[in-house]
Amino acid sequence: MEEDAIKVSPTSTELAEATPSGPEPPWRRRPLEAYAELALEWLIRLCGVSAILFVFGIFFFVFREGAGMLFGKLDLLRFLFTKEWYPTSLSNVRYGVLALIIGTGSVTVLAMAIAVPFGLGAAIFVSEFCSGRVKETLKIVIELLAAIPSVVWGFIGISVMNPLIQELFDASIGLNVLNGALLLALMSVPIMVSIGEDALKAVPDSHREAALALGSTRWQTIYRVLLPSAKNGLLAAVLLGVGRAVGETMAVLMATGHSLNIPRSVLDPVRTLTATIAAELGEASVGSDHYQVLFVIGILLFTITFFVNLAADLVVKGIKKQ
Amino acid sequence: MTTFAETPFVRARKRNELFAKLVFGAMAALLVTPLLSIVAYLVIQGAPLLSLDFLVSNPSNGMRAGGIWSALLGTIYLVTLSLLIAAPIGVLAAVYLNEYAEDNWFTRVINLAVVNLAGVPSIVHALFGLGAFVLAAGIGRSVLAASLTLSIMTLPVIIASTKEALSSVPRAFREACWNVGATRWQTIRGIVLPNSVSGILTGVILQVSRSAGETAPVMFTGAIFFRPIPEGDPFAYSIFDQCMALSMHLFSVTTQVNGAPPALPYATAVVLLGTVLAVNATAIGLRVYLRSRKKW
Repeated sequence: MEEDAIKVSPTSTELAEATPSGPEPPWRRRPLEAYAELALEWLIRLCGVSAILFVFGIFFFVFREGAGMLFGKLDLLRFLFTKEWYPTSLSNVRYGVLALIIGTGSVTVLAMAIAVPFGLGAAIFVSEFCSGRVKETLKIVIELLAAIPSVVWGFIGISVMNPLIQELFDASIGLNVLNGALLLALMSVPIMVSIGEDALKAVPDSHREAALALGSTRWQTIYRVLLPSAKNGLLAAVLLGVGRAVGETMAVLMATGHSLNIPRSVLDPVRTLTATIAAELGEASVGSDHYQVLFVIGILLFTITFFVNLAADLVVKGIKKQ
Repeated sequence: MTTFAETPFVRARKRNELFAKLVFGAMAALLVTPLLSIVAYLVIQGAPLLSLDFLVSNPSNGMRAGGIWSALLGTIYLVTLSLLIAAPIGVLAAVYLNEYAEDNWFTRVINLAVVNLAGVPSIVHALFGLGAFVLAAGIGRSVLAASLTLSIMTLPVIIASTKEALSSVPRAFREACWNVGATRWQTIRGIVLPNSVSGILTGVILQVSRSAGETAPVMFTGAIFFRPIPEGDPFAYSIFDQCMALSMHLFSVTTQVNGAPPALPYATAVVLLGTVLAVNATAIGLRVYLRSRKKW
């Protein structure tokens, strides 16, 4: 130990070993460690692009299973615009998803009608009226709300909301558009609150101060200053909520009644695109027409959510550029 | 001390302020109450069945009695395996995006792909898992195929939170390291990762909670309606077996089993919800603790 501490200059043999004479051979310049590092960096790059590979993979494999029908027997116009869905009929098999599209649409629209005011209202409350402990607690609770699995929501729809809706609205069946929409609203609110709050946080404080200095009330500040300046972020928040609601499967499968009809009121049961796949994929034999049509519905869903998410992303990018 | 008397204008203003606060507060409160009331209601309803015995005994009598052992173990298998697959890929992908990628169109495409991967409906992930892993790769319906599907589905969770953890390490730390001659990887290994490891851990924990609750993606790729296994044997499944899953078990006992005691689905839901919320609370606690200790 002490010897080491005293030794300040290297011995001549150590110096000779340390100083290279002439150009280094390539194996000295790139020792094993450097090769390992190079390999690792390539592995990191590969993982980096993996997300792209997976998105293409999803599209490719879902498309591959459904392609036979999509380019073959399926008449796309009839598929999209008729409401007869009889995939297992013995005499006359018909694949029309109009009722399913309307089912998904009605549940989503009603869910958004409930979720957008509450989600954005809560975002405004969290961002403008709260601070410190209260804010942290609220954000944590909303995060926990987002963590509840969709199958648990579906169970709540059946066991809690179903009797409640029957009681309150005197409905014959509590598993209907309203039930599904309430669940979807609660499920998509957390994402709206967190993205919406980010958008409001991005509005500079000087804007708020300027509004207050001009004598405006809180309401006026919110309506005239905050909402217009955070408009894109709030729009992205709503779009992400829509994406979540359209793609949700288990909760709507369990809570919307899963009956094939075009709803006339919010108390009618419906069936959605996602729920149809979940309910029928187990019964359809692999490679059959029915099985392939379910994959075509998958392509339809993938396309819808892809564009909704793309729109949300472009809106967010638009804000960042400003 | 003299104070000015409140003019009607000031009073109106204060009322207005309070009213605004109440309205928005009520909106927030309406979101918070469901969580608390739902958890309380489920626990009360499921209470008669909740015991250790419920966790470690198999479902019996056509899933009308017994516990949830085989479903619980199946979920543990699925979560562990999907974590082992998703965590390395997700963390390395985030390292790439935060440490290597330049700000160009290609990086934007990757980020867009991550966002879209997060937005793909779970049932489409199920179709993908069925088409790619079960059929094309020939794995068949198994723990492995279901875990692969889950891991791709939950990848964005890990990527997003790891990226956040990495980007919170100040750039000056990296520059100091580069300036003493360290290579990029040495910097990442020695400085960036140790300083963000707990943030990464938070993301990994969130992935666990997400994959434990998912139903649709495992329903067609590896989860099975009913399968008894030896009670108390933690290695009862092989990764090429089909397994039961807690989330799917809740779906089955709610919708497909008639005549089960009313407390049974509630108790199952409490176990599933309790697991997920506990895991999430751990992640949140970790994050709060980290933020309080942060030195920069």
